[in-house]
Amino acid sequence: MKRRHVDKERYYRGVAMVPYDLIKELSIAMIGILVVVLVLAVALSSPDVPSVTIQSWAKADPVDFVTTAEAELAGTSDVASYGPPYNTGTGSVQTWGFLDPQEWGGVHVATDAPNDFVLQPLTQASPGDTDLQAALQTYNSATGDQRTSWLAKYGNALANATVGSDGSVSVASGDYGPVPVLMDQMLTLARSGALDSLLLTSNHFYQTDFSRPLLFLDDGGYIGNLAQDQSLTGSQWGMMNETGRYPGQAWLWLYTMWYQIPPFTSDTGFLGISSANADLAVVGVMLTLSLLLIFVPWIPGLRDIPRWIPIHKLIWRRHYATMRKSPPSAPV
Amino acid sequence: MTADVTGGAPSGTPPAPETGWTAAVRNRVEQTLPITELLPTKQPAYVGSWVYVFGVVTIAALVWVVVSGVVLAAFGSAWWHISSVGHFFNSVHFWSVQMFFIFLVLHLWGQFWGAGWRDGRATTWMVGVVIFLVSVVTAFTGYLIQQNFDSQWIAINAKDGINSTGLGGLFNVLNFGQQYGLHVMLFPVAVTLLVVLHIVQVRSRGVVRPIGDPMPADEAAGVAS
Repeated sequence: MKRRHVDKERYYRGVAMVPYDLIKELSIAMIGILVVVLVLAVALSSPDVPSVTIQSWAKADPVDFVTTAEAELAGTSDVASYGPPYNTGTGSVQTWGFLDPQEWGGVHVATDAPNDFVLQPLTQASPGDTDLQAALQTYNSATGDQRTSWLAKYGNALANATVGSDGSVSVASGDYGPVPVLMDQMLTLARSGALDSLLLTSNHFYQTDFSRPLLFLDDGGYIGNLAQDQSLTGSQWGMMNETGRYPGQAWLWLYTMWYQIPPFTSDTGFLGISSANADLAVVGVMLTLSLLLIFVPWIPGLRDIPRWIPIHKLIWRRHYATMRKSPPSAPV
Repeated sequence: MTADVTGGAPSGTPPAPETGWTAAVRNRVEQTLPITELLPTKQPAYVGSWVYVFGVVTIAALVWVVVSGVVLAAFGSAWWHISSVGHFFNSVHFWSVQMFFIFLVLHLWGQFWGAGWRDGRATTWMVGVVIFLVSVVTAFTGYLIQQNFDSQWIAINAKDGINSTGLGGLFNVLNFGQQYGLHVMLFPVAVTLLVVLHIVQVRSRGVVRPIGDPMPADEAAGVAS
């Protein structure tokens, strides 16, 4: 007999053994789960809210779309100054003390907001469009200060923009240079569906990376408002929710909970943790808790909790009852 | 070279122990988990508690997660949006995952309150917790590749957390192709292998005795944790 087997026999010495059919138990479990799953699948189906496209966004909220495109061109959007892994900005870089892992990670998904989201798609769409070609040439040959002036004035004017019956966006007349032509063309491309494809353009025939269109959508307010309506934002326990009334990733409840309480929601913070670095802090907390759970067997106090709170008396209720009736002989 | 086709030793002589890597691996496997332990026909009477059902039900749910996932993968990522049969299999996948996590968490809690890491079973506990954590990441990648509003918003919402750790370039939640590969191949293989390891650990060491149950003195002296 092999040693481990002997050890196991010793371990079970004095323990009453009963017949057991592992394969039968697993088979019954598989059939039972299959029945429950089939009933749930037939009765409740599963959620599938269609994705938002650049086209649907531009049609539903053209002012938000143009405002976002203007911010991308001006370099004032969130992504334009985000920081790693998209660019060298610092706008969304989170640190805690000397810990700066986001900077340490470096730029790996290089994103140049003005070029990737506006100028490059417009340039690709410009052949045959002399007005757009002229506008691009005027914009590209202007000084940085001139561009900033045009975009700032146009951005301010968008606050009072109106939407025409054809879905076009109009602002009060002003000194905006070629910006209105560029933005009108962006809106036209978006409403036609062409911009969805242009944002995916790469040097490869095949494409499965949706970083650019998703970052562009994120900079707008439209998709966030839709998420808010579905109770999916971070402050709405969104990470564990799903569209409709379906259970989402409920197992993320603890991760999500931290985003609902101070100091992770606080502007002033505590011990250097605030809403400004909540993501990094929450990841740190969950990493620590996960390591504690993994190493419970070696952590005094934590490993003793099951002895202090005797839930095990419920688990082995029948066993303890049997032991009380007929205690085993003293161990060897 | 002449092949030995006779096999065995002359009658009356005990066979010499086999040597070589293959024999060493086979002996190790036989020592670690003989078939009588892998497929037992008896178990301690104290295992007769509903808590012990959660583990096997978790495995049963995992089987249906994998089966429905294989069907979805076979027909392509967009199939379930345009086919009612595809949507049905997505629903089976969705609810199998929900069942898997419900019973996995119940199993984890059951083992925690029974202090299942006692008597040399600490690594069994550790592998179990790692299965839970890897399963969470696996499910997360599944939500990212649904190709609908949920996947768009989850990717947008989650990117800041991943980016804050410095891993956003390595694990880009906005990159559908990367997440698809991780979800249909790498993570399921990892979960399955970990579950197999966990089962081998449980079967080779046996189910831990109830808290407060006296263990034979000679065995107690030989176990850790």
